[in-house]
Amino acid sequence: MTTESPRMKTPLGRVRGLGSARSGAHHWWHERLSSVASLILLVWFFVSLLRLPDLDYPTVREWLAAPLAAVPMLLLIVTMFWHLAGGLRVVVEDYVHEEGSKLFWLVLIAFGSLFGAGLCLFAVAKLAFGGG
Amino acid sequence: MHRNPARPMSPHLTIWKWGPHMAVSILSRITGVGLALVGGAMFTWWLVALASGPDAYATFQGWATWPWMLVIWIGLTWAAFQHALSGIRHFVLDIGAGYELKTNKFWSIMVMLGAILLTGLTWTLLFWTRLFA
Repeated sequence: MTTESPRMKTPLGRVRGLGSARSGAHHWWHERLSSVASLILLVWFFVSLLRLPDLDYPTVREWLAAPLAAVPMLLLIVTMFWHLAGGLRVVVEDYVHEEGSKLFWLVLIAFGSLFGAGLCLFAVAKLAFGGG
Repeated sequence: MHRNPARPMSPHLTIWKWGPHMAVSILSRITGVGLALVGGAMFTWWLVALASGPDAYATFQGWATWPWMLVIWIGLTWAAFQHALSGIRHFVLDIGAGYELKTNKFWSIMVMLGAILLTGLTWTLLFWTRLFA
């Protein structure tokens, strides 16, 4: 049993011996997974756009309304915004050290990427399910 | 999350001599942030314009084909290639390979050269086939 005051210990000293939190590699793994998915889907996306005869409204609309374009597009939106939010989060965690502004940026990234993904998902759904 | 400001931090950014491996590392982050903010905004604008109807899409097309927007499109193309190649390099590093000094330096330079070459090739082909005019 230790008798020393916890205030005298370094952050590392306080957690040493407590074992793994079992989530250390979680973020790393998800960033890798979403990068592979986004890369494959982005290649599909640009090849598909280049194969279209034109990039005008009727052509792109008709292309995106087909199931085999709409579904990969929805998946691309999910993986890309997931990857982008995770990446921006790490940048803020690494360079913003003041707790208040760090919290502000982390919340902005979380809400902003969710809003962007929501807009994109709705746009594809609207085109795919036929509205005007 | 809880840093004691009285304790010293590693002076890692200020004391090392710059090398290709450092350039490729920070470029990966800069291009990632650029792609996330600018690329994400353009992608969202395009899709929302498409879903909003022909008028909104025409407005997007008007802006997107404005000659000065080429700076953004070519910039995003380079950023995408740089970030993707850098990511592939990291997959190799993740399996524990490529840490020998010469190998590491070689592939760091190849990533940066490759991104510039692929960007040049892509836009040469786009102009050549008049897909972008």
